[in-house]
Amino acid sequence: MSEPRLIEISPVTRVEGHGKVTIHLDADGAVDEARLHIVEFRGFERFIRGRLLWEVPVIVQRLCGICPVSHHLAAAKAMDMIVGVDELPPTAEKMRRLMHYGQVMQSHVLHFFHLASPDLLFGFQAPAAKRNIFEVLAEHPELGRRAILMRKFGQDVIEATAGKKIHGTGAIPGGINRNLPVETRDALLEQIDDMELWAQNGLALIRDYTMKNLDMVKGFAAFASSYMSLVREGDGALDLYHGNLRAVNSDGSAIFDQLDYERYHEVLVEDVRSWSYMKFPFIDTLGPKDGWYRVGPLARMNTVDFIDTPLADAARTELLETNHGMPQHAVLGNHWARLIEVLHCVEKIRDLLHDPDLQGTDLVATGTRRHDGIGVIEAPRGNLIHHYEVDENDQVTYCNLIVSTTHNNEGLNRAVKAVAVRALSHQPTITEGMLNEVEVAIRAYDPCLSCATHALGQMPLKVEIVDAAGNVIHQRTRDA
Amino acid sequence: MSDFSFMIDGVEIPACEGQTILEAADAAGIYIPRLCDHEGLRHQGSCRVCTVKANGRSVAACTQPAAPDILVENENAHINKLRRDLVEMLFHEGNHLCPICEASGNCELQAMAYRLDMTEPTQFPYLEPCRALDASHPDIALDTNRCISCGRCIRASQDVDGKGVFGYVGRGIHRRVSVNGDTLADTDAEVTDFAISSEVCPVGCIIRKREGFTTPIGEREFDKALIGHDIEEKRDD
Ligand code: SF4
Ligand code: SF4
Ligand code: FES
Repeated sequence: MSEPRLIEISPVTRVEGHGKVTIHLDADGAVDEARLHIVEFRGFERFIRGRLLWEVPVIVQRLCGICPVSHHLAAAKAMDMIVGVDELPPTAEKMRRLMHYGQVMQSHVLHFFHLASPDLLFGFQAPAAKRNIFEVLAEHPELGRRAILMRKFGQDVIEATAGKKIHGTGAIPGGINRNLPVETRDALLEQIDDMELWAQNGLALIRDYTMKNLDMVKGFAAFASSYMSLVREGDGALDLYHGNLRAVNSDGSAIFDQLDYERYHEVLVEDVRSWSYMKFPFIDTLGPKDGWYRVGPLARMNTVDFIDTPLADAARTELLETNHGMPQHAVLGNHWARLIEVLHCVEKIRDLLHDPDLQGTDLVATGTRRHDGIGVIEAPRGNLIHHYEVDENDQVTYCNLIVSTTHNNEGLNRAVKAVAVRALSHQPTITEGMLNEVEVAIRAYDPCLSCATHALGQMPLKVEIVDAAGNVIHQRTRDA
Repeated sequence: MSDFSFMIDGVEIPACEGQTILEAADAAGIYIPRLCDHEGLRHQGSCRVCTVKANGRSVAACTQPAAPDILVENENAHINKLRRDLVEMLFHEGNHLCPICEASGNCELQAMAYRLDMTEPTQFPYLEPCRALDASHPDIALDTNRCISCGRCIRASQDVDGKGVFGYVGRGIHRRVSVNGDTLADTDAEVTDFAISSEVCPVGCIIRKREGFTTPIGEREFDKALIGHDIEEKRDD
């Protein structure tokens, strides 16, 4: 029998109020390093131990209130392996894909319209009272209305596949627990033309914004890096639900390619630093110093060979043209990439809704039990790895999760550092404008900080400057 | 054929000799909340969720015999408050995380909380038990953090299966349901036992392995209607 555990999921275990940044100076007073202190996820890895394997997809989705479906599906994929199922019945795989596209769509729409668009529409330096969704609604009512309806559409897709808009139960080990009734399908299809049009409009908005401000975008907290994501087996297309791992250098050349994700631990090593509970993964062959990489929407645009839906593919080509077809490194390019993916999801949802497999009744496959299982998915914020071991009593004995924000840990710190270097080059004090820029840089990565995802308007932030001797010489706090 | 009648909340209820108040009410399509009582099992009268007032006195409807001309109060704010307090205490005694529990939607305790309008279980201290999951049996698991000590499994195993897989241990507030062996794997429990069937354990304590979450949200028993609707529907006919 396993050790007794108390499972507690309470609001107090979530990250509190402020995102905390410390900026460390060297002996000459120049910026040495910037550290973003992020909530840790190790708690889940501990308390999932001893639970029963079919509970796992339902329990771990509670990691996040914004993209629970990603955790639900990554865990379900790992449990498919544990129950010995390598190929799901078509209805099950397609229902899960539908759920995932609905999820990526609603998460990206939330992020772009609700959190990022105020910065872009009103400018980073605009007063906080201005930079929020309510002002967007007041000044651009049609845009605001569409954002709400697009998010709702994505959530309706989730509800149709998982039973609830948030924290449902659709995916089970080896399959899915429902198919899609034709009435639900038809209700969704009725809205799909609007969704496609609005996704294109949103995309045009961010593209035009980026092109108009290209120098600023290319210079803002931007730096070259490696990238990693899943790509489709065989042709290297964008595939948010399943595929093999690919990592590319900053010039787009492959570091590893079409690597079965069950071998992730052969290429990725998780580094530990004394000041953070969050690990710093790096690509083993490149070492801890140079092996860091980024994941997420922009990373995916940089890693994949193409997108298998025509509108999104054309949009991706346009994005990459801003860097002559080479990987685009500008962190604000994530906003553009996010809208390309919204369009991709809408195109995918349309295709799936026309697929009669969604009304199939063969929902679950069975197989021979295995000891461990790995599930990898491209979550809205990037690559997401779930790894479990389960004993002969069906109880979890081991769990390792690498979430997108962990993959991006180094990139996030460097982005904050880039802002700090520029902002502090004249005076070692933290201005309101600098706080705004730190916020914009962090937000471009859309990290899974509750402070980043919950704060409409401004992110509660605490920034400290620490001198070479370790003394805090200046600090500034801003509440939501 | 009835032998006599009595009144529940102003409605005349026919009854036979030997029937309990609850049985007569069921037959007449009037639902009295209950947790430890279950059709086909011997009455135990321990949870007191079926409390009614008979001629002004609080009694357990599942064990109190129906009698000619008694006046029974069932549905009123005062009695439902008593019942809700009892249900709240059951939540506080165990460790109930409905969002991740596979019984959610099929659970009688949860359904009773909904029926009795229990919104926040906050008025009593939490006992926060931390009991190990027993998953030793190939087809059955036990999560006793969710057990409400109703004893339905004990009676089902003894009286229907003729086995004795479950029994009470301890006394008073420490009384708990336990298996007759170190773990469930040491007992002669089988997944085909009546005691293990979905109908016996009212909560998510007795788990039939590999069944969890296979019923989609919307199709679970209490997604459709409040607990007791099957009995109340008889009355509308
Ligand atoms: S047993 Fe019932 S009340 Fe307890 S957690 Fe499960 S669903 Fe909730
Ligand atoms: S295991 Fe279930 S049936 Fe048995 S006493 Fe506990 S709650 Fe009642
Ligand atoms: S149902 Fe009557 S005491 Fe439990």
